[in-house]
Amino acid sequence: MNILQLEEVVKTYDKTVAVDHVSFSIPKGRVFGLLGPNGAGKTSLIRIITSITRADSGQLFFDGEPLKSIHSERIGYMPEERGLYKKMKVGEQLLYLAQLKGLEYRDARDRLRQWMTRFEIMSWWNKKVDELSKGMQQKVQFISTVVHEPDLLILDEPFSGLDPINTNLIKSEIRELNRQGISIIFSTHRMEQVEEMCEEIVLINNGRNVLTGEVKEIRERFKENIFSIEYSGNLPVELDALDFENQQFSIISKEDHSLRIKVEQGGDSNDLLRFLIQKGVHIISFKEVLPTINDIFIRVVEGDKTRDEG
Amino acid sequence: MKKLWLIIQREYITRVRKKSFILITLLSPIIMVAIMTLPALLVSFAGEDQQQSIAVVDESGVMGDEIDNNGKLIFDVREEPLEDLRKRYKELGFDGVLHIPKLEGDASTVKVTYYTEDQLSLSLENSIERVVADRFEDYKMKLAGYDQEVINSFKTKVALQLKEQYVDETGQLVEKEKKSSAGVATIIGFVAGFVIYMILIFYGAMIMRSVMEEKTNRIVEVIISSVRPFQLMLGKIIGVSGVGLTQMLAWIILVTVLMSVVGMFISVDPASMQDAMNNPMVQSQPPQMGQLEEMLDIVTSQNWGYIIPVFLIYFLGGYFIYSSMFAAVGSAMGDDLGEGQPLTFVVMLPIILSIIMISPVIENPNSSLAVWLSMIPLTSPVIMPARVAFEPPLWQFLVSAVILLASAVLFVWLSGRIYRVGILLYGKKASLKELGKWMFYKD
Repeated sequence: MNILQLEEVVKTYDKTVAVDHVSFSIPKGRVFGLLGPNGAGKTSLIRIITSITRADSGQLFFDGEPLKSIHSERIGYMPEERGLYKKMKVGEQLLYLAQLKGLEYRDARDRLRQWMTRFEIMSWWNKKVDELSKGMQQKVQFISTVVHEPDLLILDEPFSGLDPINTNLIKSEIRELNRQGISIIFSTHRMEQVEEMCEEIVLINNGRNVLTGEVKEIRERFKENIFSIEYSGNLPVELDALDFENQQFSIISKEDHSLRIKVEQGGDSNDLLRFLIQKGVHIISFKEVLPTINDIFIRVVEGDKTRDEG
Repeated sequence: MKKLWLIIQREYITRVRKKSFILITLLSPIIMVAIMTLPALLVSFAGEDQQQSIAVVDESGVMGDEIDNNGKLIFDVREEPLEDLRKRYKELGFDGVLHIPKLEGDASTVKVTYYTEDQLSLSLENSIERVVADRFEDYKMKLAGYDQEVINSFKTKVALQLKEQYVDETGQLVEKEKKSSAGVATIIGFVAGFVIYMILIFYGAMIMRSVMEEKTNRIVEVIISSVRPFQLMLGKIIGVSGVGLTQMLAWIILVTVLMSVVGMFISVDPASMQDAMNNPMVQSQPPQMGQLEEMLDIVTSQNWGYIIPVFLIYFLGGYFIYSSMFAAVGSAMGDDLGEGQPLTFVVMLPIILSIIMISPVIENPNSSLAVWLSMIPLTSPVIMPARVAFEPPLWQFLVSAVILLASAVLFVWLSGRIYRVGILLYGKKASLKELGKWMFYKD
């Protein structure tokens, strides 16, 4: 079952196509990465999902039903640029936002007390937001996003501006929420976080869906048969040349007692191992290097650009 | 609906609780009443305090010792020479020396001199002139052979009463009940027009700032992921209108209470009442206090049960039109107020125009200019309340109010169309043309 499903969604502003026939689906309980360079159409997509705007065409399904604005009560959205009323007190503000999400006053108050106790910020209840530091405000914002126990959480750059301690706190909360079965859309351009947090991604560029799939599978798909080898002793002279290359193998990089070697098509890791042992290299470790999502991101986006230009 | 109510509540409560709001609401009426009544009060108190003991050097022989003008003027005819008195009047306990020269010829004009160190109020000066003139009159009449009794019987107290009337369709004479005073209607007109003008600009700017703030700190995205942008805008406008109404009700109540306190204070003045009873001649020339009393009387005799509701209708109608336009303009702006100046100016233009036209309208409250301006919904919120004290025909009210309220609905709706696009656009400098285009965007 999918918590969210997009089919051929299109959104045009004036003359620019912000979202161009995008389709993907997010299975329930997944942490889903929504990636893309600046101006790719991520925000436009999120605004459509959160019912802030409507798609020009295409269909969206939330938990199997066509998406309606009532579903926004089951969605928690934390925009990239955090926003709170600066002059309003923390407690009042959270109560207000929680009630806008459909919670009753008492219910909202009880849940907020729980959350604030958990984050050890109960003492801020009567403080005005602009008395808090930026990191503190983010905690408040996070609570406002999750207090109504949404089924789908949309986090746009959730760690921007957070110090490492708060980053870890929010990370572990996100994991905990995910463990409870909440689906999460994680929009970011920080790729190391994607690898750490996301199980599945969609990559948007120029409003189009250019890559979808599971993180592991995508890295597998984009792998270039590069292996990293650590060795002891000296390399044979033949291999010591920086630009060693034959039909089967080529050295990509060479550092202190480690090599990166690309196996050309047709060969495999065993061929490389056999070759190295034959040459008398004393191998300590041997592992495959998978491309990072960052590499893939750059490659796909650059490829998209050259294709567009060509 | 529940969410709209939540928004209204928040917009209302956060503003009403502000210290600045409470201060302005409480202090303004006090200052207003003070400005309205203080000068009159001061003059009357000053007059009372200025009891003048006057040494009279009377070469004509018309004056006797007497007390006049509510006991404020005490005339004492002295035998000492003028120069001597002018030097010593203070030692003798006088405030000044009045010199009346010998009568010459028919004495149609007599030059009387009053020597003193004090400043004399205008009313006191008039009183002295009047008393001396009276004496001359009596003196001359006695010369002509009349008894004092006869002279007294000559004097007639005239009370001018103004009755407004008109002939109705059936040819019947109809008398208007209230004491009418064009002066008071003019003042009410100006005050009503200016108050609405200030409220429209003040609360319009408040809405605009609030919209801009929500947009620049991005809370708007969180909120419109829960409610429709139109709900947010409407909630804000209604909430702030509640703030305005609260302020106005507080003002009306406070001013009424303060005025009646001042009124009570003035009318219950036993000394002056007794004096007035004892001395009918003085009564014919009411002192300053009586004038203030009369003014209060005219003010309270206005048809407030009519004026206030009309005022509130035009306040609300005008408020919804202008605040929604200010919301639309605010949504199109970034955090830079200067950038939106041309747009703000376009919105403010009709209000400014109305306030310029308020003078000609009040001078001629039934001219076609006045009628037309009270029909146009962008000017009627200022112009109609300015005319209300002149009681224009009922049909004009009805037509103008219907136009106003219908336009208010239209403006709120159109502004909502602009607002929903504007709040989500960043870094775009919006022109008027752009705003027009936004109206036709689909969701």
